[in-house]
Amino acid sequence: MKSNFIKTIEENGIEALSLIVAIAIWQFVANRIVQNKFLLPSFYDVTASFLAIIESGLIFTDTLTSLVHFSIGIIAALLIGIPLGIAMGWFRKANRAIDPIIEILRPIPPLAWIPFAIVWFGLTRQAAGFVVFVGMVFPIIINTYTGFKNIPKVYVEAAKVLGCTRNLDLIRYIAIPSAMPSIVAGIRIAMGVGWMCLVAAEMFGVSASGLGYQIWHNYYLHKMDFVLVYMLLLGFVGLLIDRFFRYYVDAKLLRWTSGTVV
Amino acid sequence: MGRVSVKNVSRVFTKREENGGTEALHAVSFDVEDGEFICLLGPSGCGKTTLLRITAGLETQTSGEITLNGVPITGPDPKRGMVFQQYSLFPWRTVIDNVTFGLEMQGVNKAEARRHVEKYIDLVGLEQFKNSYPYELSGGMQQRAAIARALANEPEVLLMDEPFGALDAQTRNILQDELLKIWEQKHVTFIFVTHSVDEAVVLSDRIVVMTARPGRIKEIVEVDLPRPRSRTSPEVNRLRDRVLRLLEEERFHR
Repeated sequence: MKSNFIKTIEENGIEALSLIVAIAIWQFVANRIVQNKFLLPSFYDVTASFLAIIESGLIFTDTLTSLVHFSIGIIAALLIGIPLGIAMGWFRKANRAIDPIIEILRPIPPLAWIPFAIVWFGLTRQAAGFVVFVGMVFPIIINTYTGFKNIPKVYVEAAKVLGCTRNLDLIRYIAIPSAMPSIVAGIRIAMGVGWMCLVAAEMFGVSASGLGYQIWHNYYLHKMDFVLVYMLLLGFVGLLIDRFFRYYVDAKLLRWTSGTVV
Repeated sequence: MGRVSVKNVSRVFTKREENGGTEALHAVSFDVEDGEFICLLGPSGCGKTTLLRITAGLETQTSGEITLNGVPITGPDPKRGMVFQQYSLFPWRTVIDNVTFGLEMQGVNKAEARRHVEKYIDLVGLEQFKNSYPYELSGGMQQRAAIARALANEPEVLLMDEPFGALDAQTRNILQDELLKIWEQKHVTFIFVTHSVDEAVVLSDRIVVMTARPGRIKEIVEVDLPRPRSRTSPEVNRLRDRVLRLLEEERFHR
């Protein structure tokens, strides 16, 4: 037990020490130099606020709300983005038909869609989900398409001479697995973009709860310590989602790529 | 049964900017007997790979036709297996799942397919590696697995496009010997593309020597030597010399 504990400290010593020093500097600067809770809340203030929202239960409802918004967006983006990317990557005519539309819509920053999100969906979860969807769908389409374009020809030919000749079978058994690393990378990029869009959408009033909403709400109340708590919380939840996704995907879907250098 | 007839096959590759295009094959005709081991040999760019790909159904001829047991070839079919020069195992599937791929496509369920292909994996000596992913295998082992994968469909013809081209000389010799053993055990017609005279002389019943582009048949050389063949016996050397001279003529023709 003890040797395990010491080992952990030895292995993560530098990282832990660095964090502790950063927090100490923060506390010192906020408490001794700035001395203004509005301009820079101290570590102590933030911890106290954090405990307060745990006690009131707000942390759970807001995190849950944000996760619901995010889920609506990601599910819609996967359901629409992956099939579109596949169609564009596999059928040249589909690419010619869809590509101009995508190239026109893609450069529009997702946040520019917020007014229409509110007009179309009202102040609902779907409205926030829609903004997340707009942020996520393009990286997913583009990476799925790229993955399909880079399928080595020899895999397709090998499959054909082994009796796999229908387009649907080739897509299912050859193209999708071969493009999977690229598709997964697209989803990961999209998750980062989507998370940003989520916060902005909630801030701009597409929703009346959620982590992003709380940042704006507490800013109006001049409770900057709570603003900082929610900021840190957004970072942590984002990190957790990414870690979970990475762990799950690498273990299940991409085990076969362990040998390739990325 | 695997009788292949190549009748008057030509192939012209056209590019949009030039008219006429490049003629890769010009009026090639020959017959391959059932169970025969044929090597296609020629200088690089002579269209031997194109001819093989047309036989596989991966490319089309400009004129003429190729038949298998009298039936014209129009597209890929599991009755004509192929082993590629590049490593073509599906990297997302383990060795055994690569070998079962053809059977799965025919609708055989996975458990049964696995049981069925066991013998092909044994045949190429990969029992220990059947659950490995391709990235864990050496080049020679990958080509063995590719051969097992082609054999698992029980093809009538096995088309091989310089399958040992990327391997080192020793592995190459070993795999040639193993391939001959497989050929003796299985009743399959082999059409084997190579640019190595040694390989052609060791392996084949007949060597189809092709001319430089456009590919035509220069001569079909009978290899009337008993197997197993020594790689250095006087008869083998004499034959190698003859084939090399044929190829050299081609070099001066260009």
